Amino acid sequence: MSVFEYVRATDVGEAVAAVSTDPSASYLAGGTTQLDLMLKDGVVSPDRLVDITRLPLRGATRSDGAIRVGALTTMEELAADPTVIERLPLVREALLAGASVQLRNMATIGGNLLQRTRCRYFRDPTVAACNKRRRGSGCAAISGAARMHAILGASEHCIALHASDLCVTLVALDAVVHTQGTNGARSIPLTEFYRIPGDTPDVENVLEHGELITAVEVPLLPADARSGYLKVRDRSSYEFALTSAAVALILADGVIREARVGLGGVGTIPWRARGAEEVLRGAPAHLETFRAAAEAALEGAWTVPGTAFKVELGKRTLVRVLQTVAGVEP
Amino acid sequence: MSATIPEVAVTLGVNGVDHQLRLDPRVTLLDALRDAVGLTGAKKGCDQGACGACTVLLDGKRVVSCLMLAAQGDGRQVTTIEGLSQGGDLHPLQEAFIRHDAFQCGYCTSGQILSAVSLLAEGRAGSDEEIREFMSGNLCRCGAYPNIVAAIREVAEAGGSR
Repeated sequence: MSVFEYVRATDVGEAVAAVSTDPSASYLAGGTTQLDLMLKDGVVSPDRLVDITRLPLRGATRSDGAIRVGALTTMEELAADPTVIERLPLVREALLAGASVQLRNMATIGGNLLQRTRCRYFRDPTVAACNKRRRGSGCAAISGAARMHAILGASEHCIALHASDLCVTLVALDAVVHTQGTNGARSIPLTEFYRIPGDTPDVENVLEHGELITAVEVPLLPADARSGYLKVRDRSSYEFALTSAAVALILADGVIREARVGLGGVGTIPWRARGAEEVLRGAPAHLETFRAAAEAALEGAWTVPGTAFKVELGKRTLVRVLQTVAGVEP
Repeated sequence: MSATIPEVAVTLGVNGVDHQLRLDPRVTLLDALRDAVGLTGAKKGCDQGACGACTVLLDGKRVVSCLMLAAQGDGRQVTTIEGLSQGGDLHPLQEAFIRHDAFQCGYCTSGQILSAVSLLAEGRAGSDEEIREFMSGNLCRCGAYPNIVAAIREVAEAGGSR
């Protein structure tokens, strides 16, 4: 366990300055990823930890057509929010499908966006080949045992999965990330927030060093939308997804007017399945449409022997949740 | 280890008593409770936030104390298994766990009971299915789950904890 300086920030500007000016500094919020990687696995070792948990970035407020969620709102708090329950039920489903109550009482929404992969090779510093830990060192996962890994946005450089359930719904809903950096505030659509690994898997998102997520804004679903989140996993609770799908539909006379689709358990980043949405939009809400959408959703999958099953499972997961949400029985 | 790392002053409220501590910033809440405060009821199982043996209540909400720095608990109130009994009377959940034989080796038990205290306060013990789902962050390697569920159900049906 490496040594670090502990600093407790009292306002946002002070926190941003404390991390931005020190290349080896990191933020500490809920800690459920950061401390795990620092204290237990020894994967990251910042010299300075800036505790932001006392900053006034907690709680959610509803405005016209959206909910603005402070970055330090916990997963349990957001799941219990009346607006989320009423207008974003798939967000609540995804939140409650993740982790345990204890972890959800600690983990923050901003932290959920920035959670690090659970790839075993990334989390084991004795494994030399990990492009995410050290660019150009290779990828042990592609030739090793890999099961809980990504197949979309994946390549020979990296197949590490972004394991969030919440973010799968947020990318489908066009959430916007609000940040504060030394150059001021900016807003970034979540669909443009993450970077496909390519040959730089160490670069996971568009944030500058020290840029702090202050809030996540989520547009509310129209009142006539139907939605759902389905998570398929090895045990029925407290487990990461093998595959998952978030779906929101607006139907009229058996025709899909509007569709949003996010996929989990399969992407190196939370995956927005725009190809599937195009298939669904304007098409009749029946099984053939759903199957065609699933084909489009998993197009371009890059697999290794251990992850090949996820192509078919991912399709079936999407078809099933589309059937459920559309009210079309199998 | 470096002697130059400044210690952090932490005031930790534990079971209603304030403890003024000076700690290495790397010390987790779990280690502070066990080593600095001297309460060993919270157990170190996986030490990675996966097993729930270290569950305590922080300002009334359940958390895993192994994934939190003690410094982050400054000024906050922690409840451990040692703080549940009142005047020598066990908490109803403690009594129910004994009555239902809801443990074997006992290592996960304090975490199970604190999680269950929280479960009842959250109103999530309405059915066996609900109890299982919202207790899933507490693993029991001995497999006492059926008896744990029975113990919690009994207390829930009797009107919950005090």
